[in-house]
Amino acid sequence: MNAKDRLKIPPVKMPEQDPAERIKNVDEVPIGYTSEMAMLEASRCLQCKTPFCIEGCPVGIDIPAFIKFIEVGDFKGAIRKMKEKNLLPSICGRVCPQEEQCQLFCTIGKARKNPGESVMIGKLERFIADWEREQGEPEKPPAVKPSGKRVAIIGAGPAGLTVAGDLIRFGHEVIVFEALHKAGGVLVYGIPEFRLPKKIVQNEVDYLENLGVKFQYNYVIGKTIPVREVVSEFDAVFIGTGAGLPRFMRVDGENLLGVLSANEYLTRANLMKAYDFPRADTPIVKGRKVITVGGGNVAMDCARTALRMGAERSLIVYRRAEEQMPARLEEIHHAKEEGVEFHLLQNPVRLVGDERGWISGAELIKMELGEPDSSGRRRPVPIEGSEFIEDTDALIVAIGNSPNPLVPASFPELEVTRWGGIVVNEITGQTSVQGVFAGGDIVLGAATVILAMGHGRRAARAMNLYLSSGRWVDLDRAMDLCMAEVR
Amino acid sequence: MYQILHKEKLGPDIYMYRFRAPDVARNRKPGQFVIVRIAENGERIPITITDVDTDEGSITLIVQAVGKTTLQMAQMKEGDFIPTITGPLGEPTRIEKVGRVLCVGGGIGIAPLFPVAEGMKDIGNHVTSILGARSSNLLILIERMREVSHELIVTTDDGTEGEKGLVTDVIRELVGKGKVYDLCIAMGPPIMMKFVCVLTKELNIPTIVSLNPIMVDGTGMCGCCRVTVGDEIKFACVDGPEFDGHKVDFDELMARLAIYKAEEKEALEYYYSKAGCRLDSTLEGGSR
Ligand SMILES: Cc1cc2nc3c(=O)[nH]c(=O)nc-3n(C[C@H](O)[C@H](O)[C@H](O)COP(=O)(O)OP(=O)(O)OC[C@H]3O[C@@H](n4cnc5c(N)ncnc54)[C@H](O)[C@@H]3O)c2cc1C
Ligand SMILES: Cc1cc2nc3c(=O)[nH]c(=O)nc-3n(C[C@H](O)[C@H](O)[C@H](O)COP(=O)(O)OP(=O)(O)OC[C@H]3O[C@@H](n4cnc5c(N)ncnc54)[C@H](O)[C@@H]3O)c2cc1C
Ligand code: SF4
Ligand code: SF4
Ligand code: FES
Repeated sequence: MNAKDRLKIPPVKMPEQDPAERIKNVDEVPIGYTSEMAMLEASRCLQCKTPFCIEGCPVGIDIPAFIKFIEVGDFKGAIRKMKEKNLLPSICGRVCPQEEQCQLFCTIGKARKNPGESVMIGKLERFIADWEREQGEPEKPPAVKPSGKRVAIIGAGPAGLTVAGDLIRFGHEVIVFEALHKAGGVLVYGIPEFRLPKKIVQNEVDYLENLGVKFQYNYVIGKTIPVREVVSEFDAVFIGTGAGLPRFMRVDGENLLGVLSANEYLTRANLMKAYDFPRADTPIVKGRKVITVGGGNVAMDCARTALRMGAERSLIVYRRAEEQMPARLEEIHHAKEEGVEFHLLQNPVRLVGDERGWISGAELIKMELGEPDSSGRRRPVPIEGSEFIEDTDALIVAIGNSPNPLVPASFPELEVTRWGGIVVNEITGQTSVQGVFAGGDIVLGAATVILAMGHGRRAARAMNLYLSSGRWVDLDRAMDLCMAEVR
Repeated sequence: MYQILHKEKLGPDIYMYRFRAPDVARNRKPGQFVIVRIAENGERIPITITDVDTDEGSITLIVQAVGKTTLQMAQMKEGDFIPTITGPLGEPTRIEKVGRVLCVGGGIGIAPLFPVAEGMKDIGNHVTSILGARSSNLLILIERMREVSHELIVTTDDGTEGEKGLVTDVIRELVGKGKVYDLCIAMGPPIMMKFVCVLTKELNIPTIVSLNPIMVDGTGMCGCCRVTVGDEIKFACVDGPEFDGHKVDFDELMARLAIYKAEEKEALEYYYSKAGCRLDSTLEGGSR
């Protein structure tokens, strides 16, 4: 096939559950490619000499190479290629904002003048990971000689899991301490089942356990054991405690019954399985008309969860315009298909309650777009006198999360920024304390899964170098050298 | 997994459990609690640590069965395991020498009060304890509280033990007799803490209360446990659970405790239908 023929193939759509059906269950929305679909989609890739797609991937996956393997039907080869750079393809393939990353730069998308018609890199990534899972036991890496070094990882989110997977391969003993009773971080308590089935996350965790990683659940580091003790008892420590501190709007009425943070709502719905109440014990607020405030992935997840919990109407209230929503396009699209109503350029100024203390309405003010702000987006400005009351019986605050303060607060030696993020060396993830590394949302603030993994990867390299050389000063230079050798 | 080393019934629906949890025991300070989950698909519920035994590596919890989870817990036996004990959570009590301390405990609230009273006495305070309950069989830990108090007064609503009346009646009486207190610590049902605070504010006695809002994670991640203290919103699991009682909005706390009333009832009925056991009492849980 020549390039021209390849260019002519339209993107292969991934089959999805019908919107009217899927809001009655919590099963995954996209069903997945068949082998034939995947091979056809793979044949759209031009195998560019300069693959711009790779530039768009935060962990630099060799995209044309893994796609070539799929095209020729060598799925084992494809997954091997993938895992050189990305240990959690089944997760990234599902939740990466591909349209802003790899797929944005794809030559096909550019040639078709529509980035939405780029090679479906994320979907192929998902396919190949799902294929591997269906084969049963994944391939184990060759055994290595134990190094005798012990590493503690605090937090079992994507950052921590990535570090664990890499360091165990280098022969170190790895213990992951997790505050909750399950591993996965946001992947299990935040992102809903219908977007990322929990058995997929569990599968990745089982795999790490199989490789020898030990998980210590129900351990809140800084409480169950002091951070200092962990730091002194292990040869190196990685902090990946995420951005789990919910922000509230600070408007009147925020403590009314029926007003909850996205974290609470999603934790009840996902980790605690409230959709299965009373077979699972944890209840959840079930509004008939639910308002979610916010415009990111978190807000989309809440609004779509509300439909699945039986809401008749689910509204997104967002203070900017749709183009400025930080959520992935696919999530916005899915939310709309399912009937979520978008109320844009509006913002709550006050919540009102009934005589029992339950929320009965939100006073919203209309907004217009003004001059661009520091984020480069046009700043929303309230239109005076435009307030009105929108009735509601449940409101979810999904306006963002800040870094989890627990570990830094109980370990003052750790340098943090004004907004609570841990300060690290960008190349190595080294913190202000020798032997302690950090990465993911606790460094970046609420970011993405793939960035957390990228941090984890680099930190793991640096930690390995530190463990074998004992070198702390100029570790970044040493790491640059050894990365160059790898290349 | 965390094993039940010992279990004992202290009164109707009230049980004492000793669990093996060495790291929790080692690092716990008075005033802290744990989050417990007793089964897969189980709810995460907060329970105060009444006591620890660091040699045995165990913690003691005293739990009143009021709903599905606590009733199911009451069905468990010595030797059984539960999947989650997380902690110690929350800020410890500030144990300081202040002089004369009034420790007021109501019902199951005596369980969290015990370690605080003990700490207060150990550091050299004069401790007066007032313990109240609806009826004598709901009074717990009286003998142990006696050991950690210089003076101890018991009241019951129905007069079945000690003086008939409310803990607030006793406070008023003591102060009426000219006794002076530098600090009051009140733990019990929100309604009791509320009225103790109304009184101690009038009497000018600084008062600490331990709040019991609904929680999920217990680590500051969800905001479910938020309470209004003065004009600030606090997360009880990380900023508390103890706060200046004169600043707490108890009415809001009580309203928030009742959010899931209907669902809790549903869960309990569902459990009744499956487990074939019931609460000793027919009391509603939410008002504690
Ligand atoms: C609802 C929602 C939807 C999202 N959707 C997307 C998406 O579609 N695509 C995308 O790329 N990103 C998405 N994100 C963002 C993404 O999930 C995060 O950027 C990513 O999970 C960060 O990984 P992490 O490992 O840094 O932290 P986390 O995933 O937050 O994990 C941190 C872990 O540390 C544990 N922990 C915290 N404190 C302690 C302690 N003291 N001791 C022990 N353990 C502790 C926590 O319990 C948690 O398990 C979403 C986030 C949310 C909340
Ligand atoms: C910091 C703290 C310390 C506590 N210490 C003790 C203790 O030492 N001994 C004791 O017996 N009880 C204690 N409690 C109360 C205990 O958590 C509840 O009784 C228990 O959660 C009830 O669960 P259930 O499923 O049996 O009953 P449900 O029927 O679910 O609830 C009964 C009532 O308990 C409260 N409740 C329900 N779920 C929760 C939850 N997840 N978190 C908090 N409260 C809830 C509500 O007011 C509810 O109306 C404490 C609570 C807090 C917040
Ligand atoms: S990890 Fe994310 S950005 Fe990288 S190739 Fe996969 S989907 Fe694209
Ligand atoms: S840019 Fe697009 S077409 Fe080119 S190699 Fe990457 S995926 Fe294939
Ligand atoms: S219980 Fe979730 S923040 Fe306190």
